[in-house]
Amino acid sequence: MTRAARAALFWVSAAAIAAGLLWSGLALPRIGTADHPYGSRAVAASLARRTANAVSSVNFDQRALDTLGEESILFAAVLGSVVLLRQVRGERRTHARAGYVLPATRLLGLGLAPVTAVTGVYVVAHGALTPGGGFQGGVVLATGLHVAYVALDYRALRRVRPLAVLEVAEALAAGAFAALGLLGFTAAAGSYLRNVLPLGTFNDLVSAGLVPAFNTAVGVEVASGISVVLSQFLFQAVEMEETDGA
Amino acid sequence: MRLSAAPAPWSDPAVLLPLGIAVPLLGAAFMAAAGRHMPRVVMDALTTALTAVTVVDLVLLWRLTGSGTVSAFMGGWSMRRGESVGIVLAADRAGSGMALLVALLVLAVIVYSWRYFDEPPRSHRGTFPALLLLFEAGMTGFSLTGDLFDAFVFFELMGTAAVALTGFRVEDPRPVQGALIFGVINALAAYGALLGIGLLYARTGELGMAQIGARIAEQSQAHTGSRAPVVVAFVLVSTAFLVKAAIAPFHFWLADAHAVAPTPVCMLLSGVMVELGGYGVARVYETVFSGPGGVPHAVFTGMMVTIGLLTGVVGALMCWQQRHLKRLLAFSSLAHSGLFLVGLGLLSPDGSAGALLWIAGHAGVKAALFAVTGMLLDRHGSVDELGLHGRGRDLPAAGVLFALGGLALAGLPPFGTALGKALTEEAAAERQAWLPVVFVLVSALTGGAVLRAALRVFAGAGECPPSEGAGPETTGEGEEPEVRDPRRPVPRPMQAVAWLLLAGSAVIGLVPALAERIARGGAQVTDRLGYLGSVFGTAGHGAGPAEAPAAGWTTSGVLLDLLSALLAAALAAGAVYRPERARALSAPVAPLRRLHSGHLGDYVVWWGVGVAALLAWVTLAR
Amino acid sequence: MTLLWYAATAWIFLSGVRGLTRSRNLVQAVGCLAVAQSSTYVLLLGIGYRSGATAPVFGDMAPGSRPVVDPVVQALALTDVVVGATVTALLLALVIQIRKRHGTVDPDELTGLCG
Repeated sequence: MTRAARAALFWVSAAAIAAGLLWSGLALPRIGTADHPYGSRAVAASLARRTANAVSSVNFDQRALDTLGEESILFAAVLGSVVLLRQVRGERRTHARAGYVLPATRLLGLGLAPVTAVTGVYVVAHGALTPGGGFQGGVVLATGLHVAYVALDYRALRRVRPLAVLEVAEALAAGAFAALGLLGFTAAAGSYLRNVLPLGTFNDLVSAGLVPAFNTAVGVEVASGISVVLSQFLFQAVEMEETDGA
Repeated sequence: MRLSAAPAPWSDPAVLLPLGIAVPLLGAAFMAAAGRHMPRVVMDALTTALTAVTVVDLVLLWRLTGSGTVSAFMGGWSMRRGESVGIVLAADRAGSGMALLVALLVLAVIVYSWRYFDEPPRSHRGTFPALLLLFEAGMTGFSLTGDLFDAFVFFELMGTAAVALTGFRVEDPRPVQGALIFGVINALAAYGALLGIGLLYARTGELGMAQIGARIAEQSQAHTGSRAPVVVAFVLVSTAFLVKAAIAPFHFWLADAHAVAPTPVCMLLSGVMVELGGYGVARVYETVFSGPGGVPHAVFTGMMVTIGLLTGVVGALMCWQQRHLKRLLAFSSLAHSGLFLVGLGLLSPDGSAGALLWIAGHAGVKAALFAVTGMLLDRHGSVDELGLHGRGRDLPAAGVLFALGGLALAGLPPFGTALGKALTEEAAAERQAWLPVVFVLVSALTGGAVLRAALRVFAGAGECPPSEGAGPETTGEGEEPEVRDPRRPVPRPMQAVAWLLLAGSAVIGLVPALAERIARGGAQVTDRLGYLGSVFGTAGHGAGPAEAPAAGWTTSGVLLDLLSALLAAALAAGAVYRPERARALSAPVAPLRRLHSGHLGDYVVWWGVGVAALLAWVTLAR
Repeated sequence: MTLLWYAATAWIFLSGVRGLTRSRNLVQAVGCLAVAQSSTYVLLLGIGYRSGATAPVFGDMAPGSRPVVDPVVQALALTDVVVGATVTALLLALVIQIRKRHGTVDPDELTGLCG
């Protein structure tokens, strides 16, 4: 198709899609409406399960199957990046050279890394209580690790990053979520992904039953998974020799 | 509806439904973590065992669905006063049948791959089986879920695993391009569907399919709530599934992805993933949009029959033009996917039963055909029909298999494809008397293309054609052999799997009891109240529809099937022995071929055009 | 305000799609896909909003003292973010390999699969 034809067809379809969305918008309840039946039920259920963070309750208790699927997508993407960014026959690795880093940057990095790590652990651990949780905290943890790359250089990152351990940890954490779900069958009216641990006291660190456990599994998975993905991209960018293409 | 004693685990849907998803996920995690430490044999054995466990679980589930839909809420969040905050998994015979088909096909693919891959990277040996198992989990979850957002999540899981598997051979330039196109188009369609799901949530405050459908019906009875969000959401959500089902004009990605994916992955893509798209359209329409206040039946049927027929014709015409064997088979899957959609779109128990039988039969046949293509790739490093002329003579058994597969695609009795085709034609004829003509022509053209390839490659029939084709094409020359040693004999697991798959398709047509059981799914998939009753737990949902649809051979059906098989043979012979005539016929199709440009921007534009056209149709049609 | 919200959703989505159709660089195309996806965040979070309400977290707030927004929609948006990030990562990996095999990331120059 010529560029002109593509543009013309796009504008026609864009007009139709925009019209559809606006027409729907006119017919739907206004933004800011007080009528949220599912939301109200979810908040009530969250409080009944003594989970202070209603979003975590929805994610890891009420709609845990969605979260299982979502962390499986992350798992698949990590495996996919390992497979797709591997070194192939005929490609050569080069050695990363040490770069020059200002002492001030080095100091900032060394100071920032532990702070980020602690923040990440905090966000994961308090997933059931405060905004945050496994996914958010996991990303913070992965970032904390890569401060070594940002503030120092690639060789420093490779020294502190236990890649093989991270790959195994990622797979095991992904499996842990599915396995913890099986615990749900141990309850009287057993059901997959049922919250069977003691619910504890509202607003305590260990409360809300299985929610902190799921949070931790997801936190480990996301932190290691994102580190693995970044390691593959960095491997391609830094260690692979530039070729001109076949 | 609480029984006095909890059912045993092997007949409890609350156990069987989630295990179908959890077992592959656990298996994938284990394979990824421990794969590198195990010898290849142990890894293959474990993967096979895990998949076999999943098959057993899904067979048990399938048996439960004989009398109607079974459902279970996850996390123990069952319905209270008609409301729930949890996610429901619900399976009727059609849904559990699709899940079982997924598991069986994945088992076949895993056995096929025993001796198939020397899969790099050597330090990450468990990655390929792990991705296959994740793909299986995504497809099973999609078949069994009763929640619309959950369907989106599993749809994306399917897509992510499939993209990673399609682009597996990163050493070659074409796989990465095909995989990228596949990924972008599927993701775009999924994001559109998410917009639709948001609109439905705003309109009804629910995410479960049955719950949304019930609320739309309620609000329509009470004359509250308007049509606009329902129409737009229907189009956006259905488009995502139509993209997966490769229905025109959303079909362009299919051939590009199939041409480049490793053979075991092609078997899964064509055998069951594409068909899940059609199933998704039918399921979502039936539960969410088919009641009062939704989209009228006549509008839905008209739309699905039209685009299904268009897809069938486009697929058949393009299939005939191909010389790249995998692209040829891909376009044939496209054509059949269109015809499946026509069958499902008729919204009648007979039409749906025919479509489900056809899907089941087609899965075995198509997977067997791809398996043979894998053998050719293994031996000769090429899938070019013209370049391989006569070189397949060293694989006579494979040649017979390929020819039988082509005839089965064309509808030769007693294969399951023929039975499904016959029943669907009958149901379609009740709507328009000329519809069976299209079915016969499409089947004949696609089956004929495969037969033609069989004659040229395995029998060396006809003269060796010049290697230059006219116009744009993907030749299939220069494909790297996917296996270790091109000189060794074709491994036995690969041959055995191919024959077993073809035999499986024949069994569906030969064993009436089996066909009848599958056909019952056709009645259930059109039974909206049965599905809603099961999810809401209201009494009497086990009653099911009055009579099971017909699933036997009829004289007219057999005659039409034989006609299309004969036509296919005639077309194949004509193409091989009178090539000049065949070449003259290809000139008018050249503009259609040019449309399939491999360009990402073009495909995105077609997605937009399709969405706009469907929006216009549903809004304006009465 | 409601109409503006839906118009913003449509604008962001269609800008992403327009970028996809016009792009001469696959990295930009993947970015446009991510832009199209962010329209879903806008829609979802807008649908869940309740005027004058606060976040559905009761860490420092007694339950029932103030209205809260819809937590379900936020959970959906969180899932959406993760899905989007992972899909983007996978597609960018493919773009890297396309650059290495074809020597270009211009869709107009990729002609291996056609007909």
